[in-house]
Amino acid sequence: MAYAAGVDVGSTQTKAVVIDEDRKIVSRCLTETGANVVRAAEKAFEEALHGGDLREEEVEYVVGTGYGRYKVTFGNAQVTEISCHGRGAVHMFPETRTVVDMGGQDTKAIRVSPTGEIVDFCMNDKCAAGTGRFLGAASSALDIPLDELGPTALRGERAVKISTTCTVFAESEVLSWLGKGKKIEDILLGVHQSIAARSAGLLRRVGIDEEVTFTGGVARNLAMVETLNARLGLKVNVSEDSHFMGALGAALFALDRILASRAPAKSGRGKTT
Amino acid sequence: MIYTGGIDIGSTYTKAVVLSAENEIVGRAMEPTGFKLTEVAERAFGTAVADAGIARDDVRYVVATGFGRHQAEISDVQVTDLTAAARGATFFFPETRTILDVGGQTMKASRLGEGAKVKSFRLNDKCAAGTGAFLEKTARYMGYETAEIGPLVETSKDAIPISGVCAVFAESEVINHLSQGVAPADIMHGAIVSLVGRSVQLMKRVRMEPEFTLIGGILRFRRMIDVVREELASDVNVPDGDLVQFTSALGAAILGHRRLRRLEEEGVASDVG
Repeated sequence: MAYAAGVDVGSTQTKAVVIDEDRKIVSRCLTETGANVVRAAEKAFEEALHGGDLREEEVEYVVGTGYGRYKVTFGNAQVTEISCHGRGAVHMFPETRTVVDMGGQDTKAIRVSPTGEIVDFCMNDKCAAGTGRFLGAASSALDIPLDELGPTALRGERAVKISTTCTVFAESEVLSWLGKGKKIEDILLGVHQSIAARSAGLLRRVGIDEEVTFTGGVARNLAMVETLNARLGLKVNVSEDSHFMGALGAALFALDRILASRAPAKSGRGKTT
Repeated sequence: MIYTGGIDIGSTYTKAVVLSAENEIVGRAMEPTGFKLTEVAERAFGTAVADAGIARDDVRYVVATGFGRHQAEISDVQVTDLTAAARGATFFFPETRTILDVGGQTMKASRLGEGAKVKSFRLNDKCAAGTGAFLEKTARYMGYETAEIGPLVETSKDAIPISGVCAVFAESEVINHLSQGVAPADIMHGAIVSLVGRSVQLMKRVRMEPEFTLIGGILRFRRMIDVVREELASDVNVPDGDLVQFTSALGAAILGHRRLRRLEEEGVASDVG
């Protein structure tokens, strides 16, 4: 059995996925990217190997993706995260035509063909509004851990409308609402709605074709999923592995290369494993 | 003696002045704005009155300006920041035709016609990268306080280019520069150059004409003034010392005297108060 791996070095977290020839995930690992990007990629890969009880030699091909893909020094190739998220999303949800990927630093809207090729995409990488950083700002302003933002927002009943677009100003706006006696739950619901609105705008620019699949770390936040659903008026696909979608896409590309390298051998000598 | 008060509730600081009928500033005060605008206006005004060493009842008319002006319950009337700034800037420099006002969370450019009338204006309060918050954030990423920005940047030899597109994304840029051994002073200088670039864009959009007068809290940094002067290739007016921060509050107080005189002419001055 041959294995392929994908390592997605994101701005905030690094993800590694190992798949087998049947395209099944055999192991996954998530680690903080931190300052040493090369080490983060190594660590994620090592731990994924360990988790799958695999030796490095058993993984025939590794594809790096994410903003730090060139820091995956042991990678055999690099593929952009846009291609990888598209590929991963279509693999998980074959009817996917639009992908919204929300990470720590940027949000991307991607339109994909039925085979997972990129038709169009747009991203906000010039401005932190509408990205995971917006949640980070709310988290530090309110002193609530990131993981608790979603659950807290879900308890909100009357969302506070966040009027500022800029992440820096949102931080002070959040505090001013708190100062005016608004409930944290309602403020956070408003924060999520504000991000959902920005993301919906981004999605409209590439065209929203169903099904829509939500990927990236922020997709684990249930309040984000619900506010996005409400905003789009549809139900987005979310996988347990939404966080690993880029790494999974990379691993699928790696498996392609393994299978392609065998193709000539197969026709030439009629031998395969 | 008849006095008026001017209160400028800015995004970051609230400034108050007490002005004599001879247009002499007899008292002033500055407080961080925070979130309780009514209280901060009250407090800043009270301190300015105490600083003047007069009785509160001697202040016959109070004019509020700044983004929080409508919360200043102690004021008799409210005027826009642009009107107040125009009045204050032309008081110091009667030939002022263009004003650049850079505050903690706003940037405004305005062009004046005869009699300090605002003919055209543009403002940015949507994106932190085009306001004083950009410098504040840059300083914070390097572990400096806002108060240290001025002294720090004075030691700079050369500005390191900082993209200045987003105050949040500047963080990784700043950290990259630091890790490559760039001096914090040069990074701060670069942030100022970037902010001035945005200022000049705003000034162009109001079709600026000399003389140029610079006001607002961010213009207390000498380096900011120097860079504006270089970028415009023109001399610029800057109120002396702290007055650069009090220009709009002063303008409001001047407008207070005008209003009082008009009321007197109408013979209703005795009703004012």
